[in-house]
Amino acid sequence: MDAAAPLLEVEDLEVEFRTRHGTARVLDGVALSLQPGRTLGIVGESGCGKSMTALSIMRLVPVPPGRIGAGAVRLKGEDLLQASEKRMREVRGKDISMIFQEPMTSLNPVYSIGDQIAETVRLHEGLSRRDSLDRAIEMLKAVHIPAAERRVREFPHQMSGGMRQRVMIAMALACRPSVLIADEPTTALDVTVQAQVFDLLKEMQEKTGTAIILISHDMGAIAEMADRVMVMYAGRIVEEAATDEILENPRHPYTRGLIACVPHMEEEPPPERGALTEIPGVVPALTDLGSGCSFAPRCDHATDLCRSRAPRPFAVGADHRAACWLYDEAGAA
Amino acid sequence: MTGGGGDYLLEVQDLKVHFRLPRRNVLTPGGTVHAVDGISYRVRRGSTFGIVGESGSGKTTAALAAMRLVPVTGGSIRLDGVEMTVLGGDALREMRRKIQIVFQDPYSSLNPRMRAGAIVREPMDLMDVGDPAERDLRVAELFDRVGLRPEQAALFPHQFSGGQRQRIGVARALATQPELIVCDEPVSALDVAIQAQILNLLRELQEGFGLTYLFISHDLGVVQYICDDIAVMYLGEIVEQSDRVSLFTLPLHPYTWALVSAVPSARRRTGGQDGRVRLQGDPPNPIDPPPGCRFAPRCPFAVDRCHREKPALREVRAGHLVSCHLVGDDCVPPHAAAAGAC
Repeated sequence: MDAAAPLLEVEDLEVEFRTRHGTARVLDGVALSLQPGRTLGIVGESGCGKSMTALSIMRLVPVPPGRIGAGAVRLKGEDLLQASEKRMREVRGKDISMIFQEPMTSLNPVYSIGDQIAETVRLHEGLSRRDSLDRAIEMLKAVHIPAAERRVREFPHQMSGGMRQRVMIAMALACRPSVLIADEPTTALDVTVQAQVFDLLKEMQEKTGTAIILISHDMGAIAEMADRVMVMYAGRIVEEAATDEILENPRHPYTRGLIACVPHMEEEPPPERGALTEIPGVVPALTDLGSGCSFAPRCDHATDLCRSRAPRPFAVGADHRAACWLYDEAGAA
Repeated sequence: MTGGGGDYLLEVQDLKVHFRLPRRNVLTPGGTVHAVDGISYRVRRGSTFGIVGESGSGKTTAALAAMRLVPVTGGSIRLDGVEMTVLGGDALREMRRKIQIVFQDPYSSLNPRMRAGAIVREPMDLMDVGDPAERDLRVAELFDRVGLRPEQAALFPHQFSGGQRQRIGVARALATQPELIVCDEPVSALDVAIQAQILNLLRELQEGFGLTYLFISHDLGVVQYICDDIAVMYLGEIVEQSDRVSLFTLPLHPYTWALVSAVPSARRRTGGQDGRVRLQGDPPNPIDPPPGCRFAPRCPFAVDRCHREKPALREVRAGHLVSCHLVGDDCVPPHAAAAGAC
C-alpha cells in the first residue's frame, strides 16, 4: 500500500528458547514494516515478546539457548538474519541503534561519557580521536546537555538519570542511524523528565529522519509518540493499526483490557469512582501454550473455537488487523 | 473503636527529617539533607491520603517517618491521638500494631526462604496476637480475603507471580488488624494489567475493614483514582494540598501543573501542546536547598521575590492549600494568567 519501500521489514519471525521446562516459542509470526521518519509503538505486558522483537532485529538473541527458527529481517532490502557477524557489527550502532530502560547499567562506569560516544563514531566512521570527541560534544549539545565541553569528560555516576538517558540518546544517534529502537526508554525516569526525553526524541527525529521503534507498557507514552501501534501478547501480534484508530476503536479484547485497566488521569475527575476493569490472571508461561488463542484463558469472550485454534489476523478496518475469532467474517466456523 | 484522634486518624505537624552527611574532611563540615522539611497534614479515618512527587521529593521518607522507621528531627506525629515521636520500646511496638506497610517491590520485600503462610503469620508472632491456633486460622482467612487459595500458604515466594506476591504483602500488612496502612508505590513494580487487580483489592479491603491508607506514588493516574486527599511534595515540602477533584480540576502550583501536563495521554494527541509547562533540568539537590521558594530555579514564572522569600502554605479555596507567591486570592494560577495574557 505504501508507495515507498519500507526501511525495515520483519517477516514472519519465529524465535524459540530451549528451557528446562520445554521449548518456549517467544516470537511467533511477528511481522512489521517501518518507514523512514515514522514511529512504531510496540505495547504489551512483560513476557509478551516486545524486547525479544527488538533483540531479534539487532540479532542479539543469545544462540543457544535461543534459536531464530524462521523469518527475515530486511533492512533496506538486505536480510540481516543471513548477514555475517562482521556485517552485523557494522550494522549495530551505525544503521540500527538501541537505547535501553536503565541508563545507568547500559553505560560503562569506568569510561567518561565522551569516550563512550566517541568510540561509536571512531569504530563506525573511522574518525580520529580528536574529531570523534568533537562529534561527542556536538551530540551532547544536540541533546541539550548544558556545558557540553565540560561534561564530556564526566563519568556516568556524576549525572542524574535524565542526563544519562540523554547521553544514551546522544550515543545512539551519533552515527545518524536510520532506525532507533527505544526499549522502555523512560520507565526509570520521573514524569517531568520523561516528558523532556520524549520531546527530545521527537526533535531528533525531525532533524535526522530516524525511524523509531518505541517499546513500552504504557499506552499513554505510545499514544504520545507513535504513528502506528502493535499490541503483542505471548509472542504474537494480536492487534495492529494507526495510533488514533487503535485508541478510538480497539478491537482485540486484550487491547481493550490494556486501555481500560489503567486509571487515566482526568482533567476533571468524576466524584464517584467505580472499580477498575481487570484483566484476570497472568501472562501464560510460553512453554505450555496450547493450540488455541493464548489470550483465551483470560478472555471474557472465549469460545471453544478460541481454546482449540489460534486465530490469524483479520482485517477489522482500514489498515487495522486484529487476531481474534470475533472478527472472522465467515463467523465462528 | 474510635480512639483519641477524633475524625483524624493521623495528624502530622511540622514534621522534619534531616540526615547529616559525613564530613568530606576534617576541615569542612558535612552537609545536611533536608529530606522532609516541615510538612503538616491530617488523614481522615477511612480515607486515602496520597503523597505525590518525583524521586527525591521526600515522599517515602515522610511515610517512613509516620511509622517511626526513620529518625525524626522535629515536629509531631499523632496516631489515634497518641504522640508517636516520644514513644519508645514496648509502647512504640504496641502502636506499630496499628500501622503497617505495603512495599513497592514484591520481589525484594518477601523473604525468599520463608513460606507464604509464615510470612503473613510473622507479624502476629512478633506482636503476640492471639494464640497459635488462632493465628493459623487468621492466615487462612487473610489468604482468602486477598484472593489467594489457603493451600498456597505452603508455597515459597518464587512460586508466585508479581501480582500474587503483592497480595501476600497486603495480607501481611493486614495481619495485625492495623488501622492505617502505608502503601509505598504498591503497584509501580507491577505489570499494567496487574495494577488494576491490586488497586481494586485495596479499595475492597478499605471498605471491608474501614482501613485508612497513606498512599505514596508518582503516578498521577493512580493517585487520582485511589486517593481522596492529595499532597504534592517538592524537595521535602508540601507545595499544594487539596481533595482529589479540586486538585486536578484546578491545579494552582506551577509544579503541580507541570506534573499534570507531563503525563502522556491519549487525549492530548489531538489537543496539541497548548498550556503545557515543560520543566527544564532535574530537581535540585535537597542538600542545602535554595533560600526562597524551592521550586523557583525550575519555575518558568518565577519573579525576584520567589528567589528571596519563601512562600507559606496557605488556604486559597475551601480545603485547597498552595505555597506560591504568584497565586492570588482570586485563585488564578500563574500558568493560567500567562495563557490569558497571550
